[in-house]
Amino acid sequence: MQISVIGAGVAGLCAAVTLAERGASVTVHERAGGLGPQAASWLAGGMLAPWCETESADRAIVEPGLAAIDWWAERVPDVRREGTLVIAPARDSGELSRFARRIGNQAERLDEAGLAALEPVLAGRFRQSLHYPQEAHLDPRKALEALAGRLSDLDGSVCFGSSAEPAGAKGDIVVDCRGIAGDQSELRPVRGEMLILRTSEVTLSRPVRLLHPRMPVYVVPREAGRFMVGATMLESGSTGGVTLRSAVELMNAAYAIHPAFAEAEVEEMSAGLRPSFSDNLPRVTQSGRVVSVNGLYRHGFLLAPSCAREAADLIFGQTDQKENAA
Amino acid sequence: MDIYGETFTSRLMLGTARYPSPDILKQSIEASGAEIVTVSLRRESANERAGQAFWNLIRETGVRVLPNTAGCHSVREAVTTAQMAREVFGTNWVKLEVIGDADTLQPDLFGLVEAARILTKDGFQVFAYTTEDLVAADRLVEAGCRVLMPWGSPIGSARGLNNVYGLRAMRARFPEATLLVDAGIGVPSHAAQAMELGYDGVLLSSAVALAGDPVSMARAFRLSVEAGRLAFEADPLQPRDMAEPSTPVLGLASFA
Repeated sequence: MQISVIGAGVAGLCAAVTLAERGASVTVHERAGGLGPQAASWLAGGMLAPWCETESADRAIVEPGLAAIDWWAERVPDVRREGTLVIAPARDSGELSRFARRIGNQAERLDEAGLAALEPVLAGRFRQSLHYPQEAHLDPRKALEALAGRLSDLDGSVCFGSSAEPAGAKGDIVVDCRGIAGDQSELRPVRGEMLILRTSEVTLSRPVRLLHPRMPVYVVPREAGRFMVGATMLESGSTGGVTLRSAVELMNAAYAIHPAFAEAEVEEMSAGLRPSFSDNLPRVTQSGRVVSVNGLYRHGFLLAPSCAREAADLIFGQTDQKENAA
Repeated sequence: MDIYGETFTSRLMLGTARYPSPDILKQSIEASGAEIVTVSLRRESANERAGQAFWNLIRETGVRVLPNTAGCHSVREAVTTAQMAREVFGTNWVKLEVIGDADTLQPDLFGLVEAARILTKDGFQVFAYTTEDLVAADRLVEAGCRVLMPWGSPIGSARGLNNVYGLRAMRARFPEATLLVDAGIGVPSHAAQAMELGYDGVLLSSAVALAGDPVSMARAFRLSVEAGRLAFEADPLQPRDMAEPSTPVLGLASFA
């Protein structure tokens, strides 16, 4: 079966790899000249944190989210299963109990010694914290590149600079993964802003979430002393650069986690638009030969694998029926 | 409830930020029975048209939108935001916030009065987010504000009514103004208490948006606001120092 996938973000590449693994001949069409910030997923934190995310998301994300950790670990290098650390400034320590209660009994409660054992650099900085050991993280950019590599190993390809539209794209099936550029009228943009900091003075093994009544923020460690700090959530379709207000809030949060971040180099500040439906959950739908995967909101890496499986079930299920009918 | 000459049945107003999803926001508005919701222009969008998709979702619920100037720290900022909001939402209403302290988010009363004067002159119908300070309230009424929104306690603190005496005094002093308790409401009993004091309504946001089940919490607030208002209208008892028997003693058998 010939399949065209439109869009080389996390939705498109997960769908492409899943379909190729099931034997389809897949071409991904990407408007831009390479993998990059045109995809919201390029700017993602890469946290595979199904439990922590349920603080404000539907419980339905937990099961596919946990399965996603295995999916990624089997396909891309450097999926770190180190869990997630959740901390709160002393004056907001009530937030920690609320967070733990809201999510259910998934957390290990850590005292100062427990925190120091997990993240020595944070020793003495927070009296209480929570650890969600089942969670994981990855570097989104490396993961997307690894998926593109895996696709070519499976005889698929990514065609950059291709402005194919779903209606005109070749193939038996077209999978529309254009994200916010897709034409679904129910989609709305949720703007996110992030920073990448670089310092050799802080070493973390796992994402750290800082609870704060006005801005929940996280710092995700990456290779070579880099840290992703994210992310704002604004009901806005603005495509402009990071605002000063957002940059200050993100930087303050990093500084609250560890003052040594004050000396870090700001390597990047980026803003993107998360494609979202009104329930903030993704949808896999079909209309004729076009299957759409969209609305991954802030859960691209967490939910794209299950959406890809759903799309593949839809596509192969129907092909089977056709074959049976023939 | 009278708001600048218009009558509303519901005495509960909701904020629209920080809900888990627009769907849950919509369901919460329905469950609350609210007819008015506040929307923050500045916080929800980096420029004036960018939040269109979200605002359309709110408009679909059919409720009136009360734009606010949340997060503004100066008169100029608040006035500009209000003017932008008038254009975007097509309403003269504005909930005027001029924040004076970054930690308590308490209003800058001096800036508030100044901004209220500018805006009412410019044709706005101002809902002033203020404290229970009577002098500031006097100045706001002088400036043309018909709706005053004293805080219960600091924004988002969920501490309820911090100064019941002050709120009671304010109600007594301004019988004609529409008084709404805004900020600090954490649980339905706080809202009921405000209504029992004779407040015309309450505005709340995080108490519903950040609850584990916002839709149920919205319904709980609807009931408590109704209960508090009914109690106020029913002329409740005042506390007394000594017991008063609820059954008359007269006519009891005497064993003397």
